[in-house]
This record gives sequence, C-alpha cells and structure tokens, in this order.
Amino acid sequence: MTLLDFVNFHIVPGLVLGSIYALGAIGVTLVFGVMRFAHLAHGDLATLGAFIALAVVWGTGLNPWFGLPAAMAFAAGVAIGADRLFYAHLRRRPLILTVIASLGVALMLRSLVQMGFGVDSQSYVRGIVRPDDYFGVRLRDRELLTLLAAGLLVLALTQFLARTRLGKAMRAMSDNPDLARLSGVDTGLVTALTWGIVGALAAAAGFFLGLNTELRSMMGWQLLLPMFAAAILGGVGRVEGALVGGLVVGVLEECAVLVIPAQYKSAMAFAVLLLMLSVRPTGLFRGKVL
Amino acid sequence: MSAILSVERVTGGYGDADIIHDVSMTVGRGEIVVVVGPNGAGKSTAMKAVIGLLRIRHGHVWFDGAPIAGWGADRIVRHGVGFVPQVDNVFREMTVHENLEMGAFIRRDGVAAAFERVYALFPDLALKRRELAGRLSGGQRQMVAMGRALMLDPRLLLLDEPTAGLSPLYMERIFEIVRDIRAAGVSVMLVEQHARQALALADRAYVLAAGRNRREGTGAALLEDPEIAQLFLGG
Repeated sequence: MTLLDFVNFHIVPGLVLGSIYALGAIGVTLVFGVMRFAHLAHGDLATLGAFIALAVVWGTGLNPWFGLPAAMAFAAGVAIGADRLFYAHLRRRPLILTVIASLGVALMLRSLVQMGFGVDSQSYVRGIVRPDDYFGVRLRDRELLTLLAAGLLVLALTQFLARTRLGKAMRAMSDNPDLARLSGVDTGLVTALTWGIVGALAAAAGFFLGLNTELRSMMGWQLLLPMFAAAILGGVGRVEGALVGGLVVGVLEECAVLVIPAQYKSAMAFAVLLLMLSVRPTGLFRGKVL
Repeated sequence: MSAILSVERVTGGYGDADIIHDVSMTVGRGEIVVVVGPNGAGKSTAMKAVIGLLRIRHGHVWFDGAPIAGWGADRIVRHGVGFVPQVDNVFREMTVHENLEMGAFIRRDGVAAAFERVYALFPDLALKRRELAGRLSGGQRQMVAMGRALMLDPRLLLLDEPTAGLSPLYMERIFEIVRDIRAAGVSVMLVEQHARQALALADRAYVLAAGRNRREGTGAALLEDPEIAQLFLGG
C-alpha cells in the first residue's frame, strides 16, 4: 500500500469521521463542564438534527445544506426545552438522576424520530458521488465541506468563548459555578445558552454523519461512545481537547481496520476510553476528573 | 453613624442542624468590623448567613434598609454586598483581567472606571492581567478575589479569612488593602483567624464562640481584655 492509498483509505475518512465526533464531543464536554453530568441524550439529539434536515430536503427539494441551519436551530430549541422540562427540577438532587433522565430523553427523541421517519435507512441525496483528485488525495465535495464547516463551527465557538461577555460567563460557570453566582452571573441564561449551543452542535454532527454515510434512527446512539471517548481523551471541559480527541478517535477507528475486522473498529473508542481513564483521567488537555 | 448592615438574633445552619444561635452584629457605614473566635465558632457561617448561602431559621438581616434574610446570594450581591469566599475564590482557568470582568458581569456602564479603580488598588494585579488566576501565588489570588468582588462597587465587602495560609508579609499587605478599601468608602466585615492582627485593624469587633455572641467592643478594648487574650489570643 502506498502512502497515498493510506491517506485516501484511512486518514481522509478518519478525519471526516473525526470532525463529526469532534462536534459531538464538544457538546458533551460543554455539558460536562457547565452542568457537570454525562448527557446520554446527546447522540439522539444528533439523530434528531439529521432527520430535521431530511424533512427540510423532502419538504423543499433544496440542497441538503439548506437543512443544516434549520436542524441546528430546531435541535437547539429541543435541547433548551429538554433542560427546562426534564433536567431543571433535578438540579439540586444527586447528578446521577439527571444522567438517568437524559437516558429517558434519549429514548423519547429516538422514538419520535422512528415514528416520524420510520426505522429504515435514508439518505439526503441518491446516487454515487465520485471523489475529485487533489494531487493524488481523493476527496468528495461533501467530505471537504464537512471538514471546512466543522472547522468553522469550532472556530466560531472558541472565539465566542474567548471574546464575548456571555462566552466568558460560560467559561466562568464551568470553572467555578458558585463564584459565578456570587459574581451576579445570570446562571439561568448561561445554562440556556449552553444547551442551545450543545443542541446546535449535536445537530451539525448528525447532519454531517448523515451526509457522509446514511441516516438511521440508531445513528446517534452509536455516536455516543466515540463522542464520550473523544471528550475524555481531550480532557473533560476542554473544547480544544474535544476537537483533538474527536480527530484522534476518528483516525484511530479508520486505521484500526488495517489490523482488526472492520465491524470491530468502534471498539477503538472503547479502548481509548479505558486507556485514558486508567492512565491519565484528566485527558490530554488537563480537564476535570469525573 | 447609621448601620449599613444589621444582623438581628439570627439562628440558622445547613439542613436541620443550626450552627449559629441568636447571633447579632452590626456594621456601621465606613467601619471595619472584625469577627474573631476559636475554630468552629461559627464566624464564617455567620458571614454566609449575611450573603444568603445559609438557611436562616430565625432572625433578621437588614442591609441598607432592605430585609435581605431569605434572599438568594446573587440578589444580595446585585444589591451592593461583595463577598470573597475563603476558598475557591477565583476562576482558575481565566486570566486576572477576565476574573475582574466576571465581577462586573451585571454592570452596564462604568466598567472601564471600575477596572481602573481596582488596578489602582492592586498594582501587582495590573502587571499580571494576562496571567491565569490559577497560576498565581496564594496572596495574589486573594487580591484577584477581592478585586473581583470590588468590580460592582459594593457598599459592603465581606471577607472570609482573606489571610488564611498567607505569609506574614502578605497578611500585612492584605490588611493594608482593607484599610484602603475602607478609605474608598466601602464598609468591611472581616472574619479572621489571626485575631491579634485583625483586632488591631478593627474599628469594632465581635467575638463568637460555639455559634453565639461572646463579646463585642472596639478592637483596642478587646485586644487589652485579659479574658479574650486568655481564650482566643493564646495568652
């Protein structure tokens, strides 16, 4: 196998998959950081986003990319609503209750998707897309756009967190929630904002996964393990860590097929998770210890 | 001199257990009031009752004419009380400047002036404004914490053991800053372990023991009181 083959068959798909994992992992890490619990509905929020975009495609006949903003906005609203309806009243109780509640939300979201769209796999566009050749590296348009769009979303988020008043308030609440409250930070507003961002990113992850593979009602649930592995690999609460973690897990999975049967490649996420938790639980970027 | 804070026979604690009983204290406008007492006397607990972090079962707390007992901490802060907790009192992953910015989160105007005032009060911080608060020394972190609380121009500043774990040099520095803060027109209530030094700083002081008022008086009078010396100042 030549180097180019290795890049084309393993690195490129790994980076595309990894950027999808990264978008999801950033949401996971934000919920962990600000709300301090493992959000098990995250994957199904991604599924919901993917199918909302599909509904837009069916309804309008437009290019699937037009469905992306609608999916992100819808999932943001659903995430904020789920927090208000199902998580908010558990805030003062042990966090494990919220984790279990989020499992319930996951099942609800998935059932809604299955009721609305059925359980068969769907896709945004029919037919085979041939990749273009960039000096030997073969990339499909959708792969290139996925990488670009994921990069832009992450850049926008990091700038928001670093520069804006509300972004800093989100970091403050992740850093020290009691002190944020004592500083007069409107924690309700920051919580809603966090859920909005988390929902939108999850929908983007689901959309890109649907665009590059296919849409299935279980697609998000199966994203959950690699997303959590990526978040923990990067360090819980670290946005830049989740990005790196996502890319690493994605590339590892696609490279693993060189040595293990392809159906077992998702075990790589599990291996990463176990390794990090036992060797360096703070992750690569020194996140919180759970 | 009218009182800016008056705590009237407050009983309260966490959950079902009361930690302070019938505690009464006042802070006059422009006063430095120190609360001392042995470990477990309920000093910090009494301060948390003022800022709304404690369940008050009986009694009243008045701040500048408002009955603040039962209010949430964020509302009390917005009303003009600054509070510096003893531990975890900075955003460790944020820069010094961002810490102060968070202190001014609810301010709509005068933020630039507030930064100027705080940096003038803590020249050491002005030099370190781009550093992460978590990387600073304990004394510098304490200054960040006090600076953050001052960003809203509170009329009353509550300091919970600001010199805990600091070197004598930094303790002197913190006490000097407390005098400067008072000179800027802010009333101060200070809980302290270093009773002797704190009483020297105080206009008035309260001695708490076992969650109750034990003695009160001017700082100077309590310093000379043989019983206080025996009990709390180590002879």
